[in-house]
Amino acid sequence: MNKPIIPDDTATPLRRKVLRGIRKRPTTRGAGILLACLVLLAVFAPLIAPQNPYDLATLSVMDNRLAPGAASMSGSVYWLGTDAQGRDMVSAILYGLRTSLLVGLLSTLGALTIGVAAGLLAAQLGGMVDALIMRIVDFMLGFPSILVALVLLASVGRGVDKVIFAIILVQWAQYARLMRASALVERRKEYIEAAVNFGLPTPYIMLAHLLPNSIGAVLVVSTINIASAITLEATLSFLGVGVPVTQPSLGLLIANGFDYLLSGEYWIAVFPGLALVLLIMSLNFVGDRLRRSFNVKGG
Amino acid sequence: MHKQTLLACLLTTCLFAGSAHAQPLRIALGSEPTAIDPHYHDLTPNNALTAHIFEGLTRQDEKQKLHPALATSWENDGKNTWTFKLREGVTFSDGSPFTADDVVFTFCRTLKNETAIAGSFADITGNFESVTTPDAHTVVIATKAPEPLLPTFLGTVGILSSSIVKHDKLSFDIGKNCGVTGTWPVVGDFNDGKLAIGTGPYKLKSYTRGSAIDLDRNDKYWGDAEPWESVRFLPVPNAAPRLAGLLAGDYDVIENPAARDLARIKDDKRFGYVITPTTRVIYYQLDVGRAQSPFVKAADGKNPLQDVRVRQAMSLAIDRKAIVARLMDGAAEPAYQFLPTGMFGTLPNPPELRYDPAEAKKLLAEAGYANGFQLTLSTTNDRYINDSQITQAVAQYLTQVGIKADVDAMTRAIYFPRRSKKELSVALGGWGSTSGEASSFLRQWPATPNKEGTVGGSNYGGYSNPAFDKLILEAISTLDDAKRSSLLQQAQTEMMKDFAFIPLHFESAVWAHKANLTYTGRSDQFTLAMSVKPVK
Amino acid sequence: MTAYILQRLIQSALVLVAVSVAVFFAVYGIGDPVELLVPPQVSAAERLALIKRLGLDLPVWQQYFTFLVNALKGDLGTSFVHGVPVVSLILARLPATFELVLLSMTGAAVIGIPLGLLAGLNPDSRPSRAIMTGTVIGFSLPSFWKGMMLVLLFSVALGWLPTAGRGETVAFLGIQTSLFTTDGLRHLILPSLNLAIPNMALMIRLVAAGTTEAMTQDYVKFARAKGVRRRRIVGRHVLRNILIPVVTVVGIEFGSLVAFSTITETVFSWPGMGKLLIDSIYQLDRPVVVAYVMLATLLFVAVNFIVDVLYAVLDPRVKLSGDMV
Repeated sequence: MNKPIIPDDTATPLRRKVLRGIRKRPTTRGAGILLACLVLLAVFAPLIAPQNPYDLATLSVMDNRLAPGAASMSGSVYWLGTDAQGRDMVSAILYGLRTSLLVGLLSTLGALTIGVAAGLLAAQLGGMVDALIMRIVDFMLGFPSILVALVLLASVGRGVDKVIFAIILVQWAQYARLMRASALVERRKEYIEAAVNFGLPTPYIMLAHLLPNSIGAVLVVSTINIASAITLEATLSFLGVGVPVTQPSLGLLIANGFDYLLSGEYWIAVFPGLALVLLIMSLNFVGDRLRRSFNVKGG
Repeated sequence: MHKQTLLACLLTTCLFAGSAHAQPLRIALGSEPTAIDPHYHDLTPNNALTAHIFEGLTRQDEKQKLHPALATSWENDGKNTWTFKLREGVTFSDGSPFTADDVVFTFCRTLKNETAIAGSFADITGNFESVTTPDAHTVVIATKAPEPLLPTFLGTVGILSSSIVKHDKLSFDIGKNCGVTGTWPVVGDFNDGKLAIGTGPYKLKSYTRGSAIDLDRNDKYWGDAEPWESVRFLPVPNAAPRLAGLLAGDYDVIENPAARDLARIKDDKRFGYVITPTTRVIYYQLDVGRAQSPFVKAADGKNPLQDVRVRQAMSLAIDRKAIVARLMDGAAEPAYQFLPTGMFGTLPNPPELRYDPAEAKKLLAEAGYANGFQLTLSTTNDRYINDSQITQAVAQYLTQVGIKADVDAMTRAIYFPRRSKKELSVALGGWGSTSGEASSFLRQWPATPNKEGTVGGSNYGGYSNPAFDKLILEAISTLDDAKRSSLLQQAQTEMMKDFAFIPLHFESAVWAHKANLTYTGRSDQFTLAMSVKPVK
Repeated sequence: MTAYILQRLIQSALVLVAVSVAVFFAVYGIGDPVELLVPPQVSAAERLALIKRLGLDLPVWQQYFTFLVNALKGDLGTSFVHGVPVVSLILARLPATFELVLLSMTGAAVIGIPLGLLAGLNPDSRPSRAIMTGTVIGFSLPSFWKGMMLVLLFSVALGWLPTAGRGETVAFLGIQTSLFTTDGLRHLILPSLNLAIPNMALMIRLVAAGTTEAMTQDYVKFARAKGVRRRRIVGRHVLRNILIPVVTVVGIEFGSLVAFSTITETVFSWPGMGKLLIDSIYQLDRPVVVAYVMLATLLFVAVNFIVDVLYAVLDPRVKLSGDMV
């Protein structure tokens, strides 16, 4: 999906190109607007949501599994129904969106930082360092993410922060690989060779030339990787090793709803599922557009 | 064009494949047995499967009442000696006759079982002082310690044919290898069917781990012949696909469909289902033994769980009937003791554990926790029916009386090791009594661990009540049934008043099936082809 | 060249050892398998006997050393749960996963390549844009959710296909496969579709990108100027140009699907290797998990290694030294 990356055509300023790319196509424009809406909903969830679904005192199991549009015992209406714990699905989805986005953003940021640093070092220093880093990358790519999550769960307990940490551990290797590939291409360019011949110090060349000129591709791909981090979180929660049950993310809401698909209580899995798919899809559309604006090749 | 023809062919074949030859009875299982070897691992799915192929000296019926099987009668001398009369005229599926030698061989094998996962089989036979065979159809067993439940336990030990290994004269003498000259069978030898030779109503045809277990009717079976020529067990771990498979016609019988899904087949004339109360009780074990507990935080710095008023308040705060109705969809019974009323050693009229939040708040205030305290309830999320949902609901109820409860739900791989390291404060537990006696729970969980390690093996909460310990220790070595029953009832009453264990409910087992079949549900949760009969 | 290959081989061996150490200690860190294996009512003596037999009484580094020595002799251990050698356990599951992946990759290629060609030849046409939009959707659906929806639609609502499990198998060249029975194929359709969708999207994108690029190459322009028919250009020049990346990616994806089709196998209760891995992790069946991850890593390392060497052989500009691309 995001393998060989060869950036070129860096003539147009970044911002203009991005905006042009987004404006040009109706699908992308739609996706961009949708993404902005979802982010706003997530940010302001505590203000919009009729209920705090993470506060057990506000829930009642007597109100559980109500169909969309049903009224609660206190008279308010559950527009999207309730789940097995009596959580209002509207509130649960808003808060779940918040958790999912938070996990996606923070883990991508973390993985990106580590991966870029590792990839840059590997490309610049070469030799033993390169071999070592790339073999660690090989190692991480073969390691099942559920095992990472389980070990963390067993050793440091459960929490949203631990899930973020697990995803960083799983995903940094991809960035390292990308960064290395794109930095290697950049390194062969004449201006870098000139800088080396000029006798500039290696750290300076790395940070002032190599990093800014080769990070573009990695940044673009990271948009799409936010989506894949969110998917990974959802999958871990589906497998029972994700976020705490009392603070469900979209993935955990779906996993809970999986049990109620057959009994006809479709809303528990279907609505959060739609929210998740919309979120991932809008991220992917925007990311895809960015990638094409930069003419970044690959899947 | 060609594609369409091909597709049509394919569809026609699909449609007619079903009726081409006699289908086996297809039973979808929720949990897959791990081996065919009957002495490999003492687990419900394993024991249920091997009960088709192997029989014990006794057997339990669907209500866990004891009946003769390979033994026709047994008696006890009032102390430690038991005499079992064996059934005559029984042959194994390979044609060899069943005699006392096979029983001796089997007992020896449970002790010479290199590959077994430690199981209670070796604990049963390890208690044997001697086993003698006065004639080919009599077995006399002398035990080291008195064991009132010996006939019940022997129902779980599947009898092997001694013909599966080379041997001289067999005797129960472990030091002399029991007279066996060949190599003792290991678990893998049974999986391909070579050594899977028993006296049961079925015999093994093939075993493909993860896919299917095929059985054929054993035509040499001594009892009434089963109506099914062949049976196929299919492991389908997820409940929803299991039920969907029944609806789609892929299976004839399924075990444990989710109770919430039964609405789908309730009004469908093509299907039926049975809900059977089981002996599995779900409860919380409270950390009462320590002044500091890892997941409790109170303003006074103490462990409030050590106060009986707090524990009683927690029990009063829980609406058991609501949990049964709203989360278990009726497929459970509220539990007011630890084995369902009517089973051996239970109270005939246990006092109801009421839902009374006002009373709970009052008790908490009396105990000095009017403002509550913080508590994390720990639970599995993949072991018992709705385990994590139940615990979340209980946390809601506790929050409503002022205890700030949180929930930590874990997969069992993390949960069970942590629980036994005593890292939890309030731990969800589940216990099914295989013997059908109240002693099973009482000796294992609330008893104070003794030096010999025979009781209190799961007392992770550090509960200790000398009066209760005295009663339970006496009960488990009392051979007289009436006396034992009364001791168990007293023990139960004694530990219940301390609320160190808060019972929630008894799980019910559910089986769904096609309407042209009947199914008899069992309280031990065994899924058996023998429980399936065609509608006449 | 030889020195380079040797160096890489040594590095790869070190990666394998590192993986085995990490997985070994990871599973050790999750919890004590005895707690899951032994029913609580079993006596302490019996329990200790089992711990001793499984070697779990030794310090963990010593357990690892024993494992390493046995592994070098070709014995990867015996499953705690099933009591049989892990390699036979894993190999017994291989055909189920293999046929699933084979079918889904074939499906992805058969549908993906023509659609990709279509999209690549006229990148700005309406159908092409629809196809490309479709690929983003294909990437976006989380595997477990998609699987659930497929079951809901095709099994529950329509009742066309079985919900889960593997169908009837027959022996083919000594291997049990369900590819040649109708019952087996019916069971295969949904899980392989679930696996195929993202790969189909990937295939379409690869082919479309390759096609667009090829059409701008000088030799294609020249051929078109000469009046060679479009069909022939696509068949002879474009297809050849895109086949190499397609084959490479198919190879890599094939490997990673065989190793980790865990989610699909879980949703569909498919008795393959991914299901074995996840079950073994949940049961703390350490020998199976360690052997499995080592085999999977071996697969990845081998693929990377071959790809790197091939690059070097194909592209003389890449020097075979420490800093190769």
